Amino acid sequence: MREVSIVSIGQIPVEKKSSLNLRSMGASAIANALANIDPEQVDAVFAGNMLSDELQGQKHLSALIADTAGLRGIEALDVNAAMASGAASLRMAYLAVASGEADLAVAVGVEKMSDGVPTAALAKALDAENDVADGATMISKNADLLRQYLKHFDVPEDAMENFAVNAHRNAKNNPNALFFGKSVTPRMVRKSRIVHHPLKLMDCSPISDGAAAVVLAPTQDARAFSDKTIRILASSVATDRFSLNQRKNPLWLEGAYLSSQKAFRQANVNLNDLSLFEVHDAFSIMACLQLEAVGFSKPGEGWQLAKENKIRLNGKIPISTFGGLKARGHPIGASGLYQAAEIYLQLTQQADKNQIKRPKVAMMQSIGGAATTVISHIFGN
Amino acid sequence: MDIPRHWRLKKQRYALVGEVCDHCDSKVFPPRDICPDCGEEAKTLYSFSGKGEVYSYTKVFEAPAGFDENAPYTVAMVKLEEGPLVTAQLTDLDESNLEIGMPVEMVTRKLRSATDERGMLVYGYKFRPVMA
Ligand SMILES: [Zn+2]
Repeated sequence: MREVSIVSIGQIPVEKKSSLNLRSMGASAIANALANIDPEQVDAVFAGNMLSDELQGQKHLSALIADTAGLRGIEALDVNAAMASGAASLRMAYLAVASGEADLAVAVGVEKMSDGVPTAALAKALDAENDVADGATMISKNADLLRQYLKHFDVPEDAMENFAVNAHRNAKNNPNALFFGKSVTPRMVRKSRIVHHPLKLMDCSPISDGAAAVVLAPTQDARAFSDKTIRILASSVATDRFSLNQRKNPLWLEGAYLSSQKAFRQANVNLNDLSLFEVHDAFSIMACLQLEAVGFSKPGEGWQLAKENKIRLNGKIPISTFGGLKARGHPIGASGLYQAAEIYLQLTQQADKNQIKRPKVAMMQSIGGAATTVISHIFGN
Repeated sequence: MDIPRHWRLKKQRYALVGEVCDHCDSKVFPPRDICPDCGEEAKTLYSFSGKGEVYSYTKVFEAPAGFDENAPYTVAMVKLEEGPLVTAQLTDLDESNLEIGMPVEMVTRKLRSATDERGMLVYGYKFRPVMA
């Protein structure tokens, strides 16, 4: 296997409702990523998306986006891992370049959620015969977890507050974030409306439209494409029992644990080497449980990292450094590529006001379903 | 839906029939024929008592298609006394008494409107508080 680097990224701003159609959103992200690279050199495109079948009546998206982007004749494949589809497309592009099958590959993630009502479509990541058949949704499952967490660990109800506050503080400086330029105070988080008790609106990521892309090349050739490159030190996937019901302890994210352990071994790094961690904060409780599963705190204490401001840009383990899913926005299939793009900006010292001091190693984790599929990537300079 | 699958799903969802593993005695729900604990075959049918307690719950206001006429409804994770967790709606509920750990028992009720195209069962189990 060859070492692989990210040589370029492209993002379009996350919006409540994009004026572009789905294919053009994807093609725009690719065009931004290829601004200084000859498109003729691209060998393959892998597109991550979850909802186009439901919301746009469109399958076969990768080929459509490749054509729209003007990338003719090349390999183009759809990649799906529910809400982790973007990270899955990054992994496929990584494997294509690492194996020598492709010398330049693009991973693109795109989602346009404003074209319909996504609740039922998102619930398809759960067990159709057992969870969904009883009226459960992704949101209700996360509300279940939060309620059980608060009770089991005897935690105050405002424990998760700082996850949202931190995400919004970072999104405020990110021109590609849905909440760019907007101030969100702890009081606004506390007073936000109840969605599914005890889940408040501010515990949930917003429905949004967005697309992001990264360009991958063998590390040995990376400098030919850009003088700003980062290395992919690890790419791993792990799965847990499919349904929360089937787990001995639903509050322990075994998939996140296994995925991170695999990634740490591959990258030959440990927890203390990480300068930042882009988490899958679709819900604050997920960010909290992820921090616990990866090892930043004991079970039941992940929320304290937020409470004690250890997740801030200058904290022990900064998370959601450009706003995360919570405040940059969570256009489902695109989120994993936004995470990768943001880590690229951090490690190449282009994060502007959100720059972390001298970051060396960064991790991202993306989650599909009720923490069923967890994809980890670790990057370094 | 084909008949054997329909029959099987009906037993599972009307009467809470799962399986028991002959090798390690683990109780399995929903039925899957392979024991999740020891990996051996587990095809012996097992009727759960239908008794358990609330593990967690939430109230759904924005219901997915097919559940609109039920909304708002309370959907819970119920820990059966034999071990497994199941997702189920709660019914006959005095919400002021609802809490984690509340004892509940299974009843068969209408789950969703009859218009579902995929052949999902309209009736199935819900859980109600155990009368003291
Ligand atoms: Zn067994």
